[in-house]
Amino acid sequence: MLRLKNNFSIEHDIAGCGLCGIINIKKIRTNGEDIKKAIALEHDRGNGLGGGFAVYGCYPEYSELYAFHVMYDDIAAKEAAEEYFKNNFIIEKQESIPIFKTSKINDHPILHRYFMKPKSDREDRLFNELKDDDFVVKSVMLINSDYDGAYVFSSGKNMGAFKGVGYPEDIADFYMLDNVEGYMWTAHNRFPTNTPGWWGGAHPFTLLDWSIVHNGEISSYGINKRYLEMFKYNLALKTDTEVIAYILDLLIRKHGLPVEMAMNVLAAPFYQTIDKMEPEQKELYTALRQIYGSALLNGPFAIIFGYPDGMVALNDRIKLRPLVAGTKGDFTYIASEESSIREICSSPDVVWSPKAGEPIIIKTVKTDAKTAINTENISQKQRLIIS
Amino acid sequence: MTTDGNTKTGGMISGSMLAIDAKDMHYKELNKIIRESILSGVKNILLENVNGQYYIGDGIKGDDITITVNGVPGNDLGVFMDGPSIIVNNNVQDNIGNTMNAGKITVNGDAGDVIGYGMRGGRIYIRGNAGYRIGIHMKGYNEQIPVIIIGGKVGSFFGEYMAGGVMVLLSLDNSEESVGEYFGVGMHGGAIYMKQKIDFSKYSKEVEFLEANDSDMSFLKKYLSEYAKDFNLSSEDLIKGPFYKIIPSSARPYAHLYTSAAF
Amino acid sequence: MTKSSFTNVQSEYLAVIDHAKCIRCKRCIQNCGWGTYSFGGDKIIADHSKCVACGRCYTYCPEGAISILKNPTVMRENGNWQDYHIKNIWRQSETGGIAISGMGTPLKYKKYFDHILLDACQVTNPPIDPLREPMELKTFLGKKPSKIELDFNEDGQPVLKNKMPPQIELATPFMFAPMSYGSISLNAQKAMALAARALGIVMNIGEGGLHDELVPFGKNIIVQVASGRFGVNRDYLNSGAAVEIKIGQGAKPGIGGHLPGEKIGADISRTRMIPAGTDAISPAPHHDIYSIEDLRQLIYAIKEAVNYEKPVSVKVAAVHNIAAIVSGVVRAGADIVYIDGFSGGTGAAPTIVRDNVGIPIEIALAQVDQRLREEGIRNEASLIAAGSIRSSADAVKAIALGADAVAIGTAALITMGCHVCGKCHTGNCSWGITTQRPELTRRLDPEEYGEKLYNLINAWSHEMKEVLGAMGVNSIESLRGSKERLRGIELTDSELKALGIKHAGM
Repeated sequence: MLRLKNNFSIEHDIAGCGLCGIINIKKIRTNGEDIKKAIALEHDRGNGLGGGFAVYGCYPEYSELYAFHVMYDDIAAKEAAEEYFKNNFIIEKQESIPIFKTSKINDHPILHRYFMKPKSDREDRLFNELKDDDFVVKSVMLINSDYDGAYVFSSGKNMGAFKGVGYPEDIADFYMLDNVEGYMWTAHNRFPTNTPGWWGGAHPFTLLDWSIVHNGEISSYGINKRYLEMFKYNLALKTDTEVIAYILDLLIRKHGLPVEMAMNVLAAPFYQTIDKMEPEQKELYTALRQIYGSALLNGPFAIIFGYPDGMVALNDRIKLRPLVAGTKGDFTYIASEESSIREICSSPDVVWSPKAGEPIIIKTVKTDAKTAINTENISQKQRLIIS
Repeated sequence: MTTDGNTKTGGMISGSMLAIDAKDMHYKELNKIIRESILSGVKNILLENVNGQYYIGDGIKGDDITITVNGVPGNDLGVFMDGPSIIVNNNVQDNIGNTMNAGKITVNGDAGDVIGYGMRGGRIYIRGNAGYRIGIHMKGYNEQIPVIIIGGKVGSFFGEYMAGGVMVLLSLDNSEESVGEYFGVGMHGGAIYMKQKIDFSKYSKEVEFLEANDSDMSFLKKYLSEYAKDFNLSSEDLIKGPFYKIIPSSARPYAHLYTSAAF
Repeated sequence: MTKSSFTNVQSEYLAVIDHAKCIRCKRCIQNCGWGTYSFGGDKIIADHSKCVACGRCYTYCPEGAISILKNPTVMRENGNWQDYHIKNIWRQSETGGIAISGMGTPLKYKKYFDHILLDACQVTNPPIDPLREPMELKTFLGKKPSKIELDFNEDGQPVLKNKMPPQIELATPFMFAPMSYGSISLNAQKAMALAARALGIVMNIGEGGLHDELVPFGKNIIVQVASGRFGVNRDYLNSGAAVEIKIGQGAKPGIGGHLPGEKIGADISRTRMIPAGTDAISPAPHHDIYSIEDLRQLIYAIKEAVNYEKPVSVKVAAVHNIAAIVSGVVRAGADIVYIDGFSGGTGAAPTIVRDNVGIPIEIALAQVDQRLREEGIRNEASLIAAGSIRSSADAVKAIALGADAVAIGTAALITMGCHVCGKCHTGNCSWGITTQRPELTRRLDPEEYGEKLYNLINAWSHEMKEVLGAMGVNSIESLRGSKERLRGIELTDSELKALGIKHAGM
């Protein structure tokens, strides 16, 4: 039976996994071939119950509109959700998401996409003045929790998620990602252990422009979830990845933390490190832990987190999950295994493994900037920011 | 610091005198200015247009500091105060002199409820009437003898749980009985003096009603003279007896209330 | 009323001396604070009626010649009329007094901690070895802003825009529960102060004022303001790490305190700043708090007095409506809320209240944490759970139910020798804890028992780390409030709902 949503009677869906990411810092777009090859090499890290990709820069002609990717169980579910969209959004374009039926993916939901923006006179304006972003978040949560048989799996601008139940290389073929182009790609190969696998549960998990691929289990899920609920996030999916996405949304979009600082919440430095800092820094990092202790991600994890201005890779603070990075010219590659990088870039300029809890942050640059990424002393850097 | 006369608080400083226009000022800001002025050596503070600001004089220290308040100050005036004097030229609200350790509060008007709660030292002089639970759980310790003098009448529970110190009820403007119900309940220390002779049988059984003797009067004289001076009253009239004295029958009113349980 | 010439109240225990073993050293006579033993010319004689089974005599008998037995003379068994009902009736009919007891209730109410099981990792996520990998227990108590506010310095580095509100830093999420000088001896307080300093945690001096000898321990002390305002002045408020307003106590919600005059000697008189020999009465309410806005008034009176430099805690007893009460307390400005559950200890409480009033800490805590989260104000105050935390397991469960830290009172006293005889109110404690008799208090060496307290908290902290490691997290904040890591057994649906946890297997 096809499943869009996690209706399984579990508190918390967990999975093992493999992941990859590619970014061109000058926003030169490439198709999905490389990312597919890279994640295919990590075939054995998954079990065929979930694969997916996020791509940035794929809808330049609709870059000001929210691109909703929606899965439906049936036509009735589609009609119900579309009623909501029509009432609240101006839909500039809508179409089926192009797919190529293969024997590998033989049972799939209705997949449809909408390019739209919230109406300025939408009904909820009577009660409050939600910003467009907030309204989109609210709409996504509403559809995903209250509309049976409908699930929004992508809602950002000029980006999209393509995912489903299957091995990632098969999912790539299914969505014909060789026809899709973007300047940044992330990919995920899933090994769910708590549930039989469901379309919505595949990674990447996205919200607005955020996308997350994630390997490992968040042992702090229980408190992370309760913390987010305090800020009115509805954790319908019961997955770790959803938790990470919402924490990032809270920290970066709502609380205005720089990306680097947000990473210091997710994988907070230990107090013994903080205690050695200069007073001003110590005060800041202590305050971060005091305020955001419940947002600390504990347990083994490696994540790649994409947003329009770049890509961030982070693993847990005692490095229980693998993460490797490499660069070549304007490209940076991140993967669970070095061989994934070598598969698509045989002679990278530099390859390194980040330290526990230290983020790799790759930011895009204006296209007229100098080309070369400064790769000196990468492995010594405490907080690596390439831009 | 806001003692340069140019800030929005309207602070005016001359010598060790500071005048503050407290109009529309939040207590947090006002009290911060007061604390910081005292730290910087200001001895006399005049607060104008006070209306309802809580905690004036909260926890301040120094015998030579005087705060004069024009307007009605908010609750907890002089709470935890340790030495300074506060003169209020209007009525005051509730909880003044709460847990006060030393110092003096003079009120040219009436006072609200729960005055001098847990007060351990210092004086509170009220020219007019005061509300319920005046001097509740007032204490005395060693040389610290808290004194409350009330010119008019008081509400019920006067001197409840009183454990020490002295209260004087002058009943200056009243002919009828000037205390409410439950007078002196739980009183187990200190003394209350009254100018009015009342029928004490209807009040607490834990206290005794006596006529004040010479040693009582010599103790009272010092405070009553000061009170008379503060409020422009005739010291002679005020001290003229007889005074009546209420003291607890026991320092241990509940000694036989309890028995040890089986477990 | 005239006393009866005989008493119906039987001896509960028999102090039996093996005269063959006894060497007549008379240590038992010296050690017993109750006067059970005397020397009858050639042998020790025991007055069984005085024995409370406090365990001091046999602990210190060099020959092992003493056995304390439950009096085998039976009361006629009756499932309804328990022997304590009958004995209390006899006692009260003799004196006309309110029955009072010490310690928490000894009655067998359901203990929810004993029906909660913890989670651990297997395969899908890994446990962490707590002995070799880092494991953090550091805890900060105080108001936390809901979001951080940053500025950027000249180097473009982020710095804090506003100072954090004042916090208490605990190296491990334990503290010693408030116990006043008067209810316990100064040596007992000193033992806790020494241990708190060595451990990097805090003790709480209760409502009896701050003794001069404890002043140097200020950083590790919470000072308390209760309705009696004993020893409270401006300097007192500024002498500790935080100020606590005591509203209630788990053993006696809604009831005040009363230290009888015979316990107010010169030293306690000085510490409490009241005359020697008078009753020290703490009224049931603070007479400046008759409503929630009055609590706010007192909280801010204290904050003004300490120049907003110390957190203000409010201690309340767990009663039926505790969630709404704590919500109000937090909104009134408390930085920390200390919740003391039913079965928490006391130096003295009316037995009827101790044994019948309040709700268990487990349920109170779960309800409060949930309520504060629903209102979006959980960050506004830290929660301390107390009310018979008997082991590190209880502490771990309390933290997972939502506590930031736990306070231990009875467990600390047991460390000092207490056998939970429940006679604290008599002032005869043979262990030198709940007494002011110099010959008894002097036997409690603060250094020796300070070290034992240090050992206990260290042991419990290690156990806490073991459990965190097994759960696959390396910081206490990843357990705090994580009810997902708890499961109930032998609990009804209502109980599970009240606790906010699932049944095992779910």
